[in-house]
Amino acid sequence: MTKPSFVYVTYIATTPEKLWQALVDKDLMREWWVDPNAGCARVNVSDWKPGSGWEHQRADGSGIVDIVGKVVETTPPRRLALTWARPNDVDDESKHSRVSFDIEPYSDGLVRLTVTHADLERDPKMLDGISGGWPTVLSNLKTFLETGRALPRSRPAPQEA
Amino acid sequence: MSSSTRHSLNIDKVFKALADPGRRHLLDLLHRKSGQTLGALCEGMDMSRQAVTQHLQQLEDANLVAIVWQGREKLHYMNPVPLHEIYVRWIEKFERNRLDVLHDLKMKLEGDDNDKT
Repeated sequence: MTKPSFVYVTYIATTPEKLWQALVDKDLMREWWVDPNAGCARVNVSDWKPGSGWEHQRADGSGIVDIVGKVVETTPPRRLALTWARPNDVDDESKHSRVSFDIEPYSDGLVRLTVTHADLERDPKMLDGISGGWPTVLSNLKTFLETGRALPRSRPAPQEA
Repeated sequence: MSSSTRHSLNIDKVFKALADPGRRHLLDLLHRKSGQTLGALCEGMDMSRQAVTQHLQQLEDANLVAIVWQGREKLHYMNPVPLHEIYVRWIEKFERNRLDVLHDLKMKLEGDDNDKT
């Protein structure tokens, strides 16, 4: 295994089961996966069986797919591992990167979520696009699970100076 | 423990971890190149291996550094999530554009090697 390009760790006051549901249920995901650079929410759609495909779709009714990949590992509620590629590169595995979500119970009713993105150097453009996005997405996930609140679908318009 | 107490304890750890030039330098090294071993990090640090180990442990406790084991190698990653939470809490909502302009101006005037201690 090559070494990961990025590792993100966050602690969320929830249960492993609820966190798992938030990762695989598109109706829940619509509430929290908001891309910082594009207003609308995103959902990951798949049957989540190992070997199946998955799609990162815009949840604005356009059905536009921004990322595709294969499900590598599904171990509820502990680990979800995916490959990650732009739709144009779906057949070129040399450009696919790998994302895994690891869920571990922690003390004090907290759950530790580790998101690892590996092999990103295979696609420099993806590296640029991704590195700013994960912290925002994870922060939204944490807010959603801890407060149950849906988040604003887009950043508020900048105020006049 | 209530959720708000727990969160304020965590944020205390983050600010304490950041309140040291050596630890900030370690974060700079990991920001520049992620996934480094203790040995590689020691090369960029003007202090004993034991001191670097202690600083890394404090950064790890504050969740500013994440660890990945690869075989017997312990790799260190900068974890930006706690800093992002600070950013969202005080900065993001209204001020980002103006702060970007000020930051660019400062970089232009000072060069970007400043303020790295």
